[in-house]
Amino acid sequence: MASLYTNYLGISSPNPFWLASAPPTDKLVNVLRAFEAGWGGVVWKTLGSQIKNVSSRYSAVDYHGSRVMGLNNIELISDRPLELNLREIKECIRLFPDRAMIVSLMADNDRESWHELIHKVEDTGAHGLELNFGCPHGMTERGMGAAVGQDPAIARLVTEWVMEAASIPVITKLTPNVHSVVPTGRAAVEAGSQGLSLINTIQSVTGVDLDTFIPNPNVGGKSTFGGYCGPAVKPIALKMLTTIAQDPITRKAPISGIGGISTWKDAAEFMLLGATTVQVCTAVMKHGFRIIEGLCEGLSNWMDEKGFRQTTDFIGLSVPTLTQWEELDLNYHIVARIDPDKCIHCGLCYIACEDASHQSIGIEYGNPYNTYTIKEDECVGCNLCKLVCPVEGCITMVEQRAGPDYLNWKEFQKRGLPLNDH
Amino acid sequence: MAIIDQRLTPDEYAANFRDIHPPFETRDAALVEANRCLFCYDAPCTKSCPTGIDVPKFIKQIATDDLRGAARTIFISNIMGGGCSRVCPVEKLCEGACVYNLMEEAPISIARLQRLPTDEAMQRKWPLFTRKAATGRRVAVVGAGPAGLSAAHVLSREGIDVTIYEKEARGGGLMTYGVAAYKVTPGYCAEELDYILSLGGISVKYGIELGKDISLARLHDEYDAVFLAFGVGLARRLDIPGEDLDGVVNALQFIYDIRTVGYPAVPVGDKVAVIGMGMTAIDAATQARRLGAGEVTLVYRRTEAEMPCTQKELEIARLDGCRIHWLAAPQTVIGADGRVTGLLCERMELGPPDGSGRRTPQATGETFLLDVDMVIKATGQMPFEEMVLGAGVGHRGGKVSVDGAGATSLRGVFAGGDCVNGGKEVVDAVQAGKLSAAAILEYIQSQAPRPAVGPIDPSIPDHTV
Repeated sequence: MASLYTNYLGISSPNPFWLASAPPTDKLVNVLRAFEAGWGGVVWKTLGSQIKNVSSRYSAVDYHGSRVMGLNNIELISDRPLELNLREIKECIRLFPDRAMIVSLMADNDRESWHELIHKVEDTGAHGLELNFGCPHGMTERGMGAAVGQDPAIARLVTEWVMEAASIPVITKLTPNVHSVVPTGRAAVEAGSQGLSLINTIQSVTGVDLDTFIPNPNVGGKSTFGGYCGPAVKPIALKMLTTIAQDPITRKAPISGIGGISTWKDAAEFMLLGATTVQVCTAVMKHGFRIIEGLCEGLSNWMDEKGFRQTTDFIGLSVPTLTQWEELDLNYHIVARIDPDKCIHCGLCYIACEDASHQSIGIEYGNPYNTYTIKEDECVGCNLCKLVCPVEGCITMVEQRAGPDYLNWKEFQKRGLPLNDH
Repeated sequence: MAIIDQRLTPDEYAANFRDIHPPFETRDAALVEANRCLFCYDAPCTKSCPTGIDVPKFIKQIATDDLRGAARTIFISNIMGGGCSRVCPVEKLCEGACVYNLMEEAPISIARLQRLPTDEAMQRKWPLFTRKAATGRRVAVVGAGPAGLSAAHVLSREGIDVTIYEKEARGGGLMTYGVAAYKVTPGYCAEELDYILSLGGISVKYGIELGKDISLARLHDEYDAVFLAFGVGLARRLDIPGEDLDGVVNALQFIYDIRTVGYPAVPVGDKVAVIGMGMTAIDAATQARRLGAGEVTLVYRRTEAEMPCTQKELEIARLDGCRIHWLAAPQTVIGADGRVTGLLCERMELGPPDGSGRRTPQATGETFLLDVDMVIKATGQMPFEEMVLGAGVGHRGGKVSVDGAGATSLRGVFAGGDCVNGGKEVVDAVQAGKLSAAAILEYIQSQAPRPAVGPIDPSIPDHTV
């Protein structure tokens, strides 16, 4: 059976699943329950200057009957006394010495504050520090959180202060509220941060109440931009993660991947694109700590099936396959094929192709069931029909190469080959 | 053994006749179902609805909290969409065609979803339709059943003044008088009628029967067009000995009584035989049980493969404890002192298929006796042949003949629904009303306006009858 044991910058954990810095990791009672459930590690909710939270704090996006496709929050860093947090961190480490204990930090914007906070946290026996350069609300107005992460020069400066004091591994958490996460990632790595974690939440407005006309979450008749997370942000997170995994400077830092991870499949995808550990929050906020069992078992079973014995066998495996568009093979051509035995005649493929793609599906009207067939000569192999088909395996994409050789756009242009005539 | 009323307590009656297809209890429950809908293109459910309700659209509207829009989507195709959601044999229409059946999954509960916006619209009296400016044109409709109401609503929306002549004291036709009460209550039918009429421009004259109180000639003379939608109604006779004994009733009358005089006042036997296996037979058999009959036996000449009712209806009868004798034909109603004491049946076997493709039952000569004190006949309905003959329109065996647009042999006289097709579903009648209304509009627009006259006063004797 595959081992899920993980070594991240020398910090060991029995599995790669950590709880992200968030409400589930803000106090002893939660964290002990998480460890009892089997979580490999936690990133303790951000410690820093004293703050006060508002009510309400969350809002969500539901989709097609499913709750919390995306979650938005306007909660700030830990609002509990620092000394209490430190005492509890120490106790958690004592009770579960085999689990990773990372502490998230966001000190006031001066060297002394950072040094003082780091010394206090290191005294707890914590295994690592995560720098919160990403919180998109509340703290930014005070020059902290995303205000640091959005400016590589400030991020570099603060990381340098941190590295002066830190004796345990430092992970810098990146904000996605930038054009590219790479400049800040580089600054942090060049300033000495050993690891990178991403993404923090994405600034958002999840919706407007159509009765009161007030956006949510509603705090006494007003709202504010919050941080978006949950399954909806996963594709964005995966893209940003990949840019970090591919950049020659940032790729030296092992990545802790964050952003909508709800299932073992999500975790495997993050790891294939370069994450050594993954951090989970929204899925736990929705379902509780118990999801760790399915995460571990699913990942382990998949690894067995694929012949991976440890996570390092596949971490980053998919990174080289994400390339520039102009490197893609123009001679690779696929066409859709509908399995008539599996087709339920819903017509979703037809109308999607007809109205929104290349009019490549023929319709033969019947009562009540129409018959749909692919016009192979017209099909551009876009996948849309397969994506909208509700029956698994009904529509498959069959390879029909346009030419035997690899042909990319640069070569295509060089040879002066003809463009489409439709 | 005796045929008596008042067999049950009020609570038992209430329990036995409560809604068999209850609506979704909560909005959340409806949303779970609505969100299962795949939103098919050129949807099989819509194509399987005789009125062509845009089912995916109204379900999407439910899922996105636009109940008003959903209600209008339903009613624009079927003004009796509320009633149809209760009485339609959806397992052979929309739900039977749902693509989930092809995935071996339960189809979307379309009828149950359809109840939600239609109930809401009626309860809140949403004015979903407005009349166009009055045209001064007038149409007479004979029969306030589904076909007549459907046509009247379309015509009124187009600014036509409609007068409906109805022989019964209430509108709704077979929806009001001919369906099991646990599917649709008389109270609901009254609300549905009120909702339809709330559009305005439609007046209903009750207690006026064509050929008796008013003649087609007079209607033809005084209105721009006439729409005949008087349905069917006469129970087919068995023509077997003993048919006139005390205790032999026809199913339509039995159901009519249940719907008009109240459950406790309807007498029912201890042991009841119901002859037939159509929807009406099931409605009669199950309601006989629900009124307190000890034993109810359905007697049918053919087998389950040929029965006209749906499998779901058969299940209702079986769950109600009704027994079924397949391949049994009633031969003689046995009586004593003028009252039913038994039903002698002959065992049948299936021969070769007949013209309709169904295998013909053939007598075996072997008989058996059912010990019953009541016999309910549900072997189909006959057209109002006398009325049709009196009206002077072309017909075939009492069923009014029409062209594709619903026009009869008399210019300006149209017909639709059961009086044309011999008796189909409510939803078929609604569609016939819609199609005829379109033909009537086209006809009226091609005609010069008539001098304005008021509606006919039924108290003035009609000497043309």
